[in-house]
Amino acid sequence: MRQMLKLKASSALVAAAMLAFVPVAKAQELIFLSTQLRPIDEAQKVRDVILKGAPKTTYVVDEPSPFTVRMKAEVDTNTHTISLLGALHGELQPLVPMGALDPIDDVAASLKDRGIPAGLMELGKLGTVKQMYIPWMQATYVMVVNKKALPYLPAGADVHSLTYQQLAEWGKNIQDKTGQRRIGFPAGPKGLLARFLQGNLYPSYTASMVTEYRSKEAEAMWGDFKAVWAQANPNSTSYDFMQEPLMAGDVWIAWDHIARVKDALQQAPDDYLVVAPPAGPKGRAYMPVVAGLAIAKGAPDRKGAAELIAHLTKPETQVVTASEVGFFPVVSATLPADLSPGVKLLAQGVAETQSAKDAVVALLPVGLGDKGGEFNKVYMDTFQRIVLRQEPIRATLDAQADVMRGLMDATKAPCWAPDKPSEGACPVK
Amino acid sequence: MSQTRWLPYLLIAPATLFLGAIFVVPLVQTILLSFNGGAGGVFANYQRMMGDLNFGVSLRNTFLLVVTVVPLQMALAIGMGLMLQKLTHGRELVLWIWTIPLGVSDLAAGLVWFAILQNTGYFNTLLFHLGLISGPTAWLNSETPYTLFIAVVVAEIWRSTAVVLVVIVAGLQLIPKEFGEAAEIFGASPLKKFVRVTLPMLKPSLQSALILRTVLAFEVFASAYAIGGRNIPVLVGEAYVWQRENQNYSVAAAYAVLIMIISLSATWVYLRLLRENPEAQA
Repeated sequence: MRQMLKLKASSALVAAAMLAFVPVAKAQELIFLSTQLRPIDEAQKVRDVILKGAPKTTYVVDEPSPFTVRMKAEVDTNTHTISLLGALHGELQPLVPMGALDPIDDVAASLKDRGIPAGLMELGKLGTVKQMYIPWMQATYVMVVNKKALPYLPAGADVHSLTYQQLAEWGKNIQDKTGQRRIGFPAGPKGLLARFLQGNLYPSYTASMVTEYRSKEAEAMWGDFKAVWAQANPNSTSYDFMQEPLMAGDVWIAWDHIARVKDALQQAPDDYLVVAPPAGPKGRAYMPVVAGLAIAKGAPDRKGAAELIAHLTKPETQVVTASEVGFFPVVSATLPADLSPGVKLLAQGVAETQSAKDAVVALLPVGLGDKGGEFNKVYMDTFQRIVLRQEPIRATLDAQADVMRGLMDATKAPCWAPDKPSEGACPVK
Repeated sequence: MSQTRWLPYLLIAPATLFLGAIFVVPLVQTILLSFNGGAGGVFANYQRMMGDLNFGVSLRNTFLLVVTVVPLQMALAIGMGLMLQKLTHGRELVLWIWTIPLGVSDLAAGLVWFAILQNTGYFNTLLFHLGLISGPTAWLNSETPYTLFIAVVVAEIWRSTAVVLVVIVAGLQLIPKEFGEAAEIFGASPLKKFVRVTLPMLKPSLQSALILRTVLAFEVFASAYAIGGRNIPVLVGEAYVWQRENQNYSVAAAYAVLIMIISLSATWVYLRLLRENPEAQA
């Protein structure tokens, strides 16, 4: 109850503070609110290095949840202070039904020569017909392997192209010989395990994220994943960022977002390999993560925001962003050879993931509106029931598929890759 | 004459209006939000809440925590209060040390105990040096639910006994010394004195302390979240997850209303059970 009150009170306070702020604010102050590049050292790099040469900007960071609350407060009170928004695809999505974003087809047209892939620009429409965000930087999820684990690889397995069964065998070898379970997943409260299930596991076994939710292949998949989890460090349910257990030596094989393993790689680049995630029967799936730049509706300085977007998507700025903070370019730009060792490892891992012969692209959900959180919940609940609580797989999949069906029908979201396009809401077979 | 009648109300009006705006308005909004089921009907959010995977578990965990922590804390606080009464020198110093946890937020307390009890924490280091364990031992993950629960109980007792202690100490000081001395003259043993004289006179303070502590105990969140994360769901934690991760504010509001109803019921029960008979007072 206190949390709810705090939420409402904070929303009211933010609105009140902004009402007080507006008369004092200089006209045309360009405020760039971002949920990415939040840690102090990264934010300083943005202010000092990445924004050099851009129009005068105030770079403000916020966590995703207060970010949404703030934009809702601005829309509800019709007081606008933020001009440019930088956030992940999934964080910009709920802003569309809120009416917080300004369509930027004109900005997109002026950036046609940058070479941003059409697939990413399509994601930037957020399920509507207008361009809602311009892709800013991209990342993906990789597997990080501590070289200490390599002697325990099963015979005949290539660490650069494993299968999930080989991963489970590898974990078992480690447990048999060292007595410790050294595989790790970010299954903590702020961890990204939901993206692993959606972007890696499901598409690798079923070539789908939604439609084949309860198919026979999905049943086999959960069986295989239970075998992998049996070799995972039981503290995985508290891991949010895998760099901490990697650096502490608790985990030797980890899956996570590249930004959440960067510190470990920067600290001791010679100790690790970054490899493509394992493959299932239908391929080696991966999910590209896209951060985008959007202009707030009613922005005080739309022109400045558009110039800032142009600056941030320049190939030179994109390369600087990659070297400084490890988020990779969306435009056609070649990375320099003198990247820091940790970022170089990441770049190699990302390239390996994206160019694998059996790679399958699984896109972020599109068209879910503000139900993105509940979509993740379906996967996490399935994981909790099947893997943590050992409930029967078939019954759980059927029950959770019903929830998924209800969600798809409520949001009327059409299917997205790797599912085949659908007419109307994405069906769950 | 009429001005003196209206004056008290006029003077408290600003504070009341302020509290009304900051407290009552969001409260009413939350209650209305929880009944805003959209297409599913008025009770849709409550149905979702009760059908949720973690609802039963979080309800059970919260009640278990309350039932374990509150009696232990009451007993501890009464003991500590009685001990304080016997002290002559250094009474203020001891009281001050015992109330230091009052200044510690529940999240900080949870993080402190997490640091002590995690695999490579101080507790394991101590046990290792004593030769009782052979390496990092897990106490706080999903495979050790009992030690995880005990850890949260310990953190809660450490953190919030001071709240109860302060109320009990104030109540003990209100008991006139004559009653205790009279009981001793009539040959009562210390235990009889405690049960027949001290406890009944402490009833109003006990009632206040119980209501205060129980309502706060039903809202246990930050210490459980810091120590156990997803492994030990509690009611407020579920409200937090529904608002923050699932982005469904209506179901979070339903949880908030449920916690409010539970707290109000507990308060009503205490008020009835520990009712003071007005004639007995005189």
